[in-house]
Amino acid sequence: MHGFFETDILSDMQKPFYVKVLLVVTLLLGINAFAQEKDHSSSEEKGSLKNEIKEFIGHHLLDSHDFTLFTIDEEKNEHVGFPLPVILWDNGLKVFSSSKFHHGESVAEVDGNHYALYHGKIVKTDAEGTINYDEDHHATNAKPLDFSITKNVVFIFLVAALMFFLFSRMAKSYKTNALPKGIGRLLEPIILYIRDDIAIPNIGKKHYKKYMSYLLTVFFFIWIINLLGLTPLGVNVTNNIAVTFALAILTYLITTFTANKNYWKHIFWMPDVPVFMKIVLAPIELLGTFIKPFSLMIRLYANITAGHVVLMSILGMMFIFKNWIGSPLSFGLAFALSLLELLVAALQAYIFTMLSALYFGSAVEEHHDH
Amino acid sequence: MEKLIEQFSFGLFFWQLLLFIAVLLLLRKFAWKPILDAVEDRESGIKDALAAAENAKKEMQNVTADSERLLQEARVEREAMIKEAREMKEKIVADAKDLAQAEADKMIKQAQLAIESEKKAAVADIKNEVATLSLEIAEKVIKDQFSDKAKQMKLVEEMIGDIKLN
Repeated sequence: MHGFFETDILSDMQKPFYVKVLLVVTLLLGINAFAQEKDHSSSEEKGSLKNEIKEFIGHHLLDSHDFTLFTIDEEKNEHVGFPLPVILWDNGLKVFSSSKFHHGESVAEVDGNHYALYHGKIVKTDAEGTINYDEDHHATNAKPLDFSITKNVVFIFLVAALMFFLFSRMAKSYKTNALPKGIGRLLEPIILYIRDDIAIPNIGKKHYKKYMSYLLTVFFFIWIINLLGLTPLGVNVTNNIAVTFALAILTYLITTFTANKNYWKHIFWMPDVPVFMKIVLAPIELLGTFIKPFSLMIRLYANITAGHVVLMSILGMMFIFKNWIGSPLSFGLAFALSLLELLVAALQAYIFTMLSALYFGSAVEEHHDH
Repeated sequence: MEKLIEQFSFGLFFWQLLLFIAVLLLLRKFAWKPILDAVEDRESGIKDALAAAENAKKEMQNVTADSERLLQEARVEREAMIKEAREMKEKIVADAKDLAQAEADKMIKQAQLAIESEKKAAVADIKNEVATLSLEIAEKVIKDQFSDKAKQMKLVEEMIGDIKLN
């Protein structure tokens, strides 16, 4: 029962940040509306610019099959970057370079099958690349299973490699010296913080050790990848629901498979309440076990997405205002928001780790009389 | 929500899960375990050292307290000894004084007795001497007196005269 409410309390804790984001967004909309009203003559031009910005943001939020740093000329389809391998499972493994799509401009032909990019997704088409739509304007083309090494996969791999490099080196330095050296001096206090202030208080001294690897990995993974999202590389991994889903499902699986009898008893047959309440509480508690990791998934996804959308909207304002007061203002706002995003990057990693530890703690909690 | 599900990329999910689990297992073996073990070793080392220092401090305090106690005891003992010695000295002096007094008294008495007996003897001696001397004188006088008849008569007369007077 307690677990279920804790989720609510913690999402309440999150509220101030959402409130801030909402405030900024409403502020933005207000300014935009004001600008629109004032400037009737060039509204058409502004409208197309706005759409372009919107499209750009939408594009930024999506994963992509090639690594594009920036675009030189949209019309001539000139981009700076490099293609990535596409791996499809469509009646057999198909591997080809994403350069065949020419940034979504052309249809790729592999082993007699034709594939095209539609909103960042690979769909099966005919030789002309025709997209068929249903009434709701959804593409009805077949979607092959896509295991491509996308831009996000590249970054996940890079972060994993970076983490392995950093921490295995740090571990080696302990062999010769009891005190950390180099980057370890920065990382050790964080590791100790996760152990002493996240794992031990939430899980307890008896059981915390077996969860430490997961907690440390998930914290540093989310933190580093969030920070990379703030670099001009234009990568944005944790705003993919697939990524946060993978992380949340690991938390769920670890909680479920390490849970003791006491945990299940509290779900299916809550002690110290009337029998009627036991029956009522069981489905709620069972639902709670799914809601907990679900909230983890949504929280991380939503925070990072909101941060990126707002940040890029403010940057986009620079092109809409095009005057001496609006552009510096938008720059200042973007700068301030970037600082906030730096905090959010660490905060979200902390919250994910903290809540995971809390769930693990409830899974191994020993029975004690209330 | 619908958009979210539509956006969901199974490939990305697959790679994220695979890479994350891989790095998790690798880090567990090559990083987290050695790091946490090293940190724990260090912490327990520090803890032990601190406990040892605390023990040493306590022992030191005990030793100090012991020596303090011993010193105190010694001081008390010394004072008692000094006091005893002083008392003994006084007693000895007093005893000696008493003894000396008694001896002196005894000697004085003896001396007095001796002086007394000597004096008596001397007086007796003198008495005897005087008696002898007076007898000799009286003999001489009488001899002298009796040598002359007239004188004898005169003496007798004088004596008779004296008797008459009585």
